[in-house]
Amino acid sequence: MKHIWVIAKRELGAYFTSPVAYIFLVIFLLLTGFFTFTAGQFFERGEASLSAFFGWHPWLYLVLVPAAGMRLWAEERRSGTIELLMTLPITPWQAIAGKFLASWIFLGVALALTFPVVITVNVLGSPDNGMIFAGYLGSFFLAGAYLAITCMTSAMTRNQVVAFILSVVACLFLILAGFNPVTDLMARWASPAFIDTVAAFSVVTHFDGFQKGVIDTRDLLFFLSLIGFSLFATGVILRNR
Amino acid sequence: MRPRKTNTLMIKIENLVKTFGAKRAVDGISFNVERGEVVGFLGPNGSGKSTTMRMITGYYAPDSGKVSVGGNDVVESPLAAKRLIGYLPENAAAYSDMTVVGFLGFAAEIRGLTGGAKQKAIGRAVERCFLSSVLHQSIDTLSKGYRHRTCLAQALIHDPEVLVLDEPTDGLDPNQKHEVRNLIRELGKTKAVVFSTHILEEVDAACTRAIIIDRGRIVAQGTPDELGRPLEDVFRRLTIADTVKA
Repeated sequence: MKHIWVIAKRELGAYFTSPVAYIFLVIFLLLTGFFTFTAGQFFERGEASLSAFFGWHPWLYLVLVPAAGMRLWAEERRSGTIELLMTLPITPWQAIAGKFLASWIFLGVALALTFPVVITVNVLGSPDNGMIFAGYLGSFFLAGAYLAITCMTSAMTRNQVVAFILSVVACLFLILAGFNPVTDLMARWASPAFIDTVAAFSVVTHFDGFQKGVIDTRDLLFFLSLIGFSLFATGVILRNR
Repeated sequence: MRPRKTNTLMIKIENLVKTFGAKRAVDGISFNVERGEVVGFLGPNGSGKSTTMRMITGYYAPDSGKVSVGGNDVVESPLAAKRLIGYLPENAAAYSDMTVVGFLGFAAEIRGLTGGAKQKAIGRAVERCFLSSVLHQSIDTLSKGYRHRTCLAQALIHDPEVLVLDEPTDGLDPNQKHEVRNLIRELGKTKAVVFSTHILEEVDAACTRAIIIDRGRIVAQGTPDELGRPLEDVFRRLTIADTVKA
């Protein structure tokens, strides 16, 4: 555990010593603001909830999370520091967990900095704050799932751009599997059971519950197993590098 | 009278083989290194020096054969083996976004050193590698020589019993080379050191024993005197230049 934290601390330091963290935070906050208030028509909706805010997260994270995580392993491979890391007296699992946690904490910080939107909606009306909390929790796990996939793609290559594109495609698939226009399209030829099975793999399906204020252990388990599987795959990829 | 050497076996390598695709990079190498020895690993480029060192440090798993460090098999109990090793990888990779002191702090912490012990370890490594003038500089702004020494300091941070140094003098100026050789000789009195080089004068300057490898096999080993002189002729006779078709 101590080793995981030492790795995570270094990784967090790497975010904040470069401009990456600040650019990321500013863009993340600008985009969440834009999507919530302009594209999401927060005011026009006239309801005291953050559905205009959370509804965009699967799409927003699609680009931003891979951008935050693409560096994790690809940069180690490019600069050769992976050789240093893998010959330290730590298990590969500790390195993987440490790096993942650092990035997840970073994304958590970004998410926490959206707190003004919670204040806004509380000033304007009386929303269900339990529902908002569930939304934040779901959003955090959604970010974690995308991030774990990005870890995996980042471990495959020494090129950050390749890592980015691969993870965007993988995450896009996880959205589209449960995205209404896509499931409607499939309904023309596939059986409802098949569509449900495909949709069960979608992050949107599992994120919906959180947005409605329901913290379902099955949804949590979905995200956790997605994270677990992706990090396990990261380990396999690194072992066979 | 010289102090009696404590001849304990620190690195034991048996019949190591590693293949990449069709190329057999290391082809049945065996040797031992005892405490108090500095073994120079000589060979042309691409002869398997780095690959062998990467197997000693546990970065590559051997296809067959065994490596044990301080009695710990590198594949079976990697953590115990890795704790004993200080490793300077080829090209001296280091986290370029960190400062020298930050990087050494990271290396110390991951080796389990905290608080006073950590500060002491950093101080000693900084002094040994002459880094005090660049302590708070970010690593990507350092000259090659300083970056190399920073990575060397990282390898020395926990005062390891085994040092594996892949071309420790590569890219250094003559003064720095001289200092690093002296340091290696000094460290070799109490540790087991393996370092690779293709600079033959280093063998005389720092080694107690040299191993010459070519195309993955050991072609000669012994003290510099046993190998014969001039070393350059010996080297050229034993190894095949990569310009010659195999």
